[in-house]
Amino acid sequence: MSVGRAASAQPLRLRTETRRWGEEAVKAALALCAFISLATTIGIVAALLQPSIEFFGEVSVVDFFTERRWAPLFEPPSFGVVPLLVGTLSVTLWAAVVCIPFGLGAAIYLSEYARPGTRRTLKPALEVLAGIPTVVYGYFALTFFTPFLQELDLGVGVFNALSAGVVMGVMLLPTVASLSEDAMSAVPRDLREGAYGLGASKLQVSTRIVVPAAVSGIVASYVLALSRAVGETMIVLIAAGGLPQLTLDPREAVQTMTAFIAATGIGDVPTGSIEYKTIFAVGLTLFAITLVMNLLSIRLVRRFREVYE
Amino acid sequence: MSAATAVGVRSRARRGTVRAALFRAFLLLSLAVGFVALGALVADVLWKGIPYLDGILLTEAPSADPDGAGARPAILGTIYLMGMVLLMAVPIGVGTAIYLEEYADRERWYNRLLELNIQNLAAVPSIVYGILGLAFLVRGLGLGRVLLAGAMILTLLVLPIVIVASREAIRAVPDSIRHAAYALGATKWQVVSRQVIPAAIAGIATGSILALARAIGETAPLLLVGALTYVAFDPTPLGAFTALPIQIFQWTARPQEDFKLLAAAAIIVLLAILVTMNAFAIWLRDRYQRRF
Repeated sequence: MSVGRAASAQPLRLRTETRRWGEEAVKAALALCAFISLATTIGIVAALLQPSIEFFGEVSVVDFFTERRWAPLFEPPSFGVVPLLVGTLSVTLWAAVVCIPFGLGAAIYLSEYARPGTRRTLKPALEVLAGIPTVVYGYFALTFFTPFLQELDLGVGVFNALSAGVVMGVMLLPTVASLSEDAMSAVPRDLREGAYGLGASKLQVSTRIVVPAAVSGIVASYVLALSRAVGETMIVLIAAGGLPQLTLDPREAVQTMTAFIAATGIGDVPTGSIEYKTIFAVGLTLFAITLVMNLLSIRLVRRFREVYE
Repeated sequence: MSAATAVGVRSRARRGTVRAALFRAFLLLSLAVGFVALGALVADVLWKGIPYLDGILLTEAPSADPDGAGARPAILGTIYLMGMVLLMAVPIGVGTAIYLEEYADRERWYNRLLELNIQNLAAVPSIVYGILGLAFLVRGLGLGRVLLAGAMILTLLVLPIVIVASREAIRAVPDSIRHAAYALGATKWQVVSRQVIPAAIAGIATGSILALARAIGETAPLLLVGALTYVAFDPTPLGAFTALPIQIFQWTARPQEDFKLLAAAAIIVLLAILVTMNAFAIWLRDRYQRRF
């Protein structure tokens, strides 16, 4: 277009004389498809906000975040979300203990140590873990890993945060490994060759050159994995129990935000009751936390793409 | 003095090799954690579930007696969900991908907002989609706790996966193909529908199958739109329903040991469906993907 303009000095008219209504209609239909995903977000926010505003009309926001007891059905009721937040934190912590070091280790191996052929088979094989439904992980945690922990005489209960967290960490391994490996593969070869030229060993190149150079991508993978841990429902619903306790003891049963929403939503709660509204107030808290984490992770990924691509 | 330095260098070198070996061991351990867990999970489920994996499981309705209980309504529910999600998610997802890749002007703020929105939606917890379904479809529209509501929520949930996969496939089609078609006088939509989409179809199909696989494994959003009910009959689109993951959850949550074994058998069925779908997606990609 710019070439034509330069040659003829007069702007070229690229539009046809008559408008093509068919073409316009197609474009409008496609834009409508794209709008559905935007409408989803608007719908989520609207669905969460309206009952939440009603909820906070009855329960003060300060009480919600400072009361130390979550007992919406008790008499008198208490609406302190802190035990649910601590339950979520406890499970997320144990998931992080598994997926952060081992996810990074797997990524370093795949990116720096494995031969290309080995990498091509190992990476998809590891990603099988991400394809297993979460209800299956929940089953595994409850019927295999918890009994295994009980064999070890650690004093864990039938429902506990440790088992749910560790199994969730395994589920998140491919999330961390895959994204971190992408970031490490994007580090230019020159940096590695330069370090090798100065006599660095493979260990030194991996830990002092590649990992620091890929750090924003690695952190992005961590944030994304932890955001998934915070939002994961089935594993905690099945294996962590349903008791909103204010404890960080991994052997105890806890209730997370997601497990509370699911447990309350399963029953046929009457619309408009305070119990119904708690689903949305807790849901809004959960959505806000994961939204911040997701946006942070998206930002970090963009940064490493900008630097090396 | 030179001898002392030599000893120093050697011991430092040895420390270096020890450290390198330890580091390598840690990396291998990291990989092993995932594979050992995967192996344990599969072995555990097979070991417990195979005795219950029989005709009764596939053809009977759930019952209070574990020996006569089956997952027929759940399996049918999952198949119906698959069909409905396929019919809704693929056209909308591919349409969005075409819009973003072929029509949208990247410089416009609303198109950038659309992209950011899709990236975020991909990471919104699935239970939040369940809340959306509960508030708008089940209660708001008064649809009730029906199969269609479940299918619509799963569609929204997997839409970002279809969009991302389709965009990648469309982006891989080289511009020279588009330019050649334009040069022959084709309109934009003729270029897209007759050149770009056929060239990208393998990638789009692969991504769609993977999205479907994700959809049928989802449990949490279905819990909120009310799939957790006792369903002893074959589901219909506007009737009460259940699905395989819900049935697995229901049986797992029962205190009796026999129902947990039944859950393992149902898990084998679900994993078998997922493995088949994934294998098909990989075959499709290897067989039909064109490199430009």
